[in-house]
Amino acid sequence: MSSIGTGYDLSASTFSPDGRVFQVEYAMKAVENSSTAIGIRCKDGVVFGVEKLVLSKLYEQGSNKRIFNVDRHVGMAVAGLLADARSLSEVAREEASNFRSNYGHNIPLKHLSERVAMYVHAYTLYSAVRPFGCSFILGSYDQDDGPQLYMVDPSGISYGYWGCAIGKAKQAAKTEIEKLQMKDMTCRELVKEVAKIIYIVHDEVKDKAFELELSWVGEVTNGKHELVPKDVREEAEKYAKDSLEEEDDSDEENM
Amino acid sequence: MERHYMDSKIKGVSTGTTILAVTFNGGVIIGSDSRASMGGNYVCSKTINKLIQVHDRIFCCIAGSLADAQAVTKTAKFQISLHSIQMESPPLVKAAASVMKELCYNNKEELQAGFITAGWDKKKGPQVYTVALGGMLLSLPFTIGGSGSTYIYGYTDAKYKPDMSREECLQFATNALALAMGRDNVSGGVAHLVVITEGGVEHVVIPGDKLPKFHDE
Repeated sequence: MSSIGTGYDLSASTFSPDGRVFQVEYAMKAVENSSTAIGIRCKDGVVFGVEKLVLSKLYEQGSNKRIFNVDRHVGMAVAGLLADARSLSEVAREEASNFRSNYGHNIPLKHLSERVAMYVHAYTLYSAVRPFGCSFILGSYDQDDGPQLYMVDPSGISYGYWGCAIGKAKQAAKTEIEKLQMKDMTCRELVKEVAKIIYIVHDEVKDKAFELELSWVGEVTNGKHELVPKDVREEAEKYAKDSLEEEDDSDEENM
Repeated sequence: MERHYMDSKIKGVSTGTTILAVTFNGGVIIGSDSRASMGGNYVCSKTINKLIQVHDRIFCCIAGSLADAQAVTKTAKFQISLHSIQMESPPLVKAAASVMKELCYNNKEELQAGFITAGWDKKKGPQVYTVALGGMLLSLPFTIGGSGSTYIYGYTDAKYKPDMSREECLQFATNALALAMGRDNVSGGVAHLVVITEGGVEHVVIPGDKLPKFHDE
C-alpha cells in the first residue's frame, strides 16, 4: 500500500525524499472513503448520479444533498468531506457570479473549473492550512459549446472528461462507464444508465441503505441544471433494479 | 441633449464630438469626427483619434472628457486582453462592453465619458453596444453619440435599414458624420471610419473637403 510518510507528512509545505506531498495524498484518501459520485457527458447534456449513504433511519429524506447548483447552467457533484465541499461550492458560485457581473455572459465551464482548481491548489502550498478533502465533478450545458464535464481533485488539477467517477467505488464505476457509448446517447437514456451504475457499485454488505441523487443539465432542461423530476427518477431506479435482478438471474443460470 | 449640456461643463479638453456605430450584413462600421475642443471656443486638436482599438475585432468610440475616456479605454484594453488570454479565445463584444460598463458604473462619480463599443465575434457576429455616462449598457443595431449626434437623430432614424451592404452602410455613416460636423461647432476635422468584419479591420479617412456636401454648401 502507501509508504508511511514518517516525518515528511506533517505539513503540506514539505516534500518527501521521493518527491511526494503526503498531505495531498492523504486528502485524496479522504475522498476514497466517501461514497461514490459519477458524472457522464452525452450528446446533448450531462447527468450526475450520487450514492448517498443513509447512516440513520432518522435522517430526513433529501437532506445533506451532494449535488449543488453553482450557476443556472452549472452543476457540481462532490465526494469526500462534505463540509469542505460546501465551502468550495460557495467559492465556485462566487467565481461564476463575478464573471457574469464583469463580462455579461455565462462563465465557460473550462474557465470555472480552472479558477476553482487554482483555489484548491493554493491550499496545498502552505503549512498553515490543510488541503481540501474533497473531489468534485462540474458539468454544464451551453447552446454553443454543448455539454462539458470537468473533475477537480484535492491536488488542484482539473481534467475534462466524457465520464468520470469519484469515491470508494470509483474503479468499479469507471469500468461500467467505459462500457457505455455515451457520445451517441441522449440524457433520457443516460439517466437510466447512471442509476444502474450506482446500483451496481453499491456494496450491499458493507453499506446498507442508500439514497440515489440524480441530476441533469442539457437540452432536455433547456440549459438549466436541476434535480431529475420524480417520474424520470422512478423510471431510472426501476430500470436499475430490474437490470440487477436480471444479472442475478443469469448468474444463477450459469451455475 | 443631456450630453450636449454636459460637454460644455467639462473642464479641460473634451471631445465635443460625433460618434456612431452601425451594423450591416457581415460587419459593423464605426465612425467619428476628429476635433478636440476646450471651452467650446478653442480647438485643441484637429486630428484626434476617437476610435480606440481594444482588441483584434473590437473598437470603442469615445465621447466626453478626453482624459477620462483615455483612462477608461486603457484600463479596459488591458482587462479585455487578459480575459481573452485566459479564455484562450477572442473576447465576445458583449464581454468587452461589460468591462467598459463596470468601469463607468463603479466610477460614475468621477468620470464624465460615454462610449460606443462595437465589433465582431464568432458567437453573435457584428454587434453595437452603447455605454452611457452613468454606466447603462444597451445593445442596439446602430447608435449615435456625442454632442453632434443631436443634429442627426432625424437623419439616422429615417435612413437606417437593417442588413445593408457594406457600401450602403459606408455611405450612410459618412453622410451622418458630414451632416453632424456641418452643424455642430465642436465636431469637425476629418471623418474617421473603421469597417470591422470577420476578415479584418479597415480604416477609411475622409478629409474635410472630400466629405459629401449638401444643398447649402
